[in-house]
Amino acid sequence: MSAIMREKITRSEIRHVAKLARLELQEEEERLMTDQMNNILSYMDKLNELDTSAVAPTTHAIRLQNVFRKDQVEPSLEREEVLANAPQSDGASFVVPKVF
Amino acid sequence: MEYEPIIGLEVHAQLLTRSKIFCGCSTTFGALPNTHTCPVCLGMPGSLPVLNENVVEFTIRMALATHCQIAAISQFARKNYFYPDLPKGYQISQYELPLAEKGWVEIETQRGPQRIRINRIHMEEDAGKLIHDEFQPVSHVDFNRTGVPLIEIVSEPDLRTPEDAASYLKMLRETLRYLEICDGNMEEGSMRCDANISLRPVGTERLGTKTELKNMNSFRNVQRALEFEIRRQRALLEKGETIIQETRLWDTGRNTTVSMRGKEEAHDYRYFPDPDLVAIVIDEQWIERVRGSLPELPDAKRERFMRDYELPPYDAQVLTSSKALADYFEAAVQRFAQPKLVSNWIMSELLRELKKDEKDIEGCQVTPQQLAELLELIDKDIISGKIAKSVFQEMYTTGRSAAGIIDDQGLKQVKDESAIESVIDEVLAENNKEVELFRGGKEKLFGFFVGQVMKKTKGKANPKLVNEILRKKL
Ligand SMILES: [Zn+2]
Repeated sequence: MSAIMREKITRSEIRHVAKLARLELQEEEERLMTDQMNNILSYMDKLNELDTSAVAPTTHAIRLQNVFRKDQVEPSLEREEVLANAPQSDGASFVVPKVF
Repeated sequence: MEYEPIIGLEVHAQLLTRSKIFCGCSTTFGALPNTHTCPVCLGMPGSLPVLNENVVEFTIRMALATHCQIAAISQFARKNYFYPDLPKGYQISQYELPLAEKGWVEIETQRGPQRIRINRIHMEEDAGKLIHDEFQPVSHVDFNRTGVPLIEIVSEPDLRTPEDAASYLKMLRETLRYLEICDGNMEEGSMRCDANISLRPVGTERLGTKTELKNMNSFRNVQRALEFEIRRQRALLEKGETIIQETRLWDTGRNTTVSMRGKEEAHDYRYFPDPDLVAIVIDEQWIERVRGSLPELPDAKRERFMRDYELPPYDAQVLTSSKALADYFEAAVQRFAQPKLVSNWIMSELLRELKKDEKDIEGCQVTPQQLAELLELIDKDIISGKIAKSVFQEMYTTGRSAAGIIDDQGLKQVKDESAIESVIDEVLAENNKEVELFRGGKEKLFGFFVGQVMKKTKGKANPKLVNEILRKKL
């Protein structure tokens, strides 16, 4: 199917997105992802058939707005808990491989 | 060829809320690493952010103070990138629907007052802090700052010189501090500034390629980095080379900007609306309520100082440069109702001493009441203006009152006519030749006699009396 349709996303764009997501894709996976992403994007054409000119754009399916909390300090976690799942820590901070 | 710099600034200001933007963790600076963190600001799965209402309130304040239009509906977006100081893998920011757009502030420049347009003001969360280990190839991550609320204020490229940039920054800082929403401390990072700068031949419209400058943590460094970058870009253009669009870091130690080559490829943040946060809807009522609660802003205060105290624009500008200084002036005027005189003393004596000590008015030992008292003593002819200056020095260093210093040092003006008369007699007797010359028509010598009398009385003789009696005797 994807071969007939105009390609919506190219193999090199897949590589770019994978790089941004820190994913290392094998050739086979790249091909698979390109096909799948193209299929997903093609489905958008289907959605575009709907006439939404009378519908205001929204980013949510729920009709909620202005959900706020008061500016009040609540207790934070204990530091042992904070660091409990860290692959590496020095007891005070998370320790990560050096960046830069 | 003559080139014109085109400069725009992006300013981040840390908001003075008690708790973070999306959770109840404290924003207090200086706590032990990772003690102000919770599942929300650590980005743990299943946690949900809830917006701190004061962040919206504070942002509306800044938006109104900078004449922005406030969006009826605004929304948070995710800015996606990987860096160890960002636990979620994205920063919650605003993108397509910022809270405020299209504002302006007015600044003084060498070309007269200029309006600097503001493109947008949006809310976002701060990232954590990375400390690079000195001995091992690792970094230590502290997430206390993660989720501290920021506003980003983006200007249009309306600034033309590094001085413009500095005065625009000062203007923003002043406004943030007047509004009491940010302490404006650049050295401590509660106010940060990035700059975009390009050059174009004077008289042309098309913008040149710009570079982005980062890592400037003081007003002075912003100015110096821009000056350096203007020289660097001009030199390249004059050699016929092209400017590369890139981010450059200011290196204070070496007084230069350095390219961040290679860090740029990820400049694709794949923004999308954050599904965890609902829209913010701000109606007229809310805006008007905030507007009603705004304090008097620098512009309005300046106007009022010129109108009510009949101060020249320059005085009004200097005195309103901080709220504390303006309050100081007004407190002094309340006690001694000669505004121009008070202004003169603050702007010359007081600010000179403070500048020398690199202190703010908050750290000044002389209270406004004490300054007023000193001016009153001059006004009542109890001390001369000249002696008052040395009294002021003493007040400034010791914090003592003028009256006390004058008493101790016997500085009161001599207003006793007979005492002055006898000094004048002495002077005339000692300077026969000059007296003859004067009487022969050399009128200019009058000043000489006054000087001699003042010298003999150590400046304490009342000048008006000295003049009068001298005239009579000569
Ligand atoms: Zn938290």
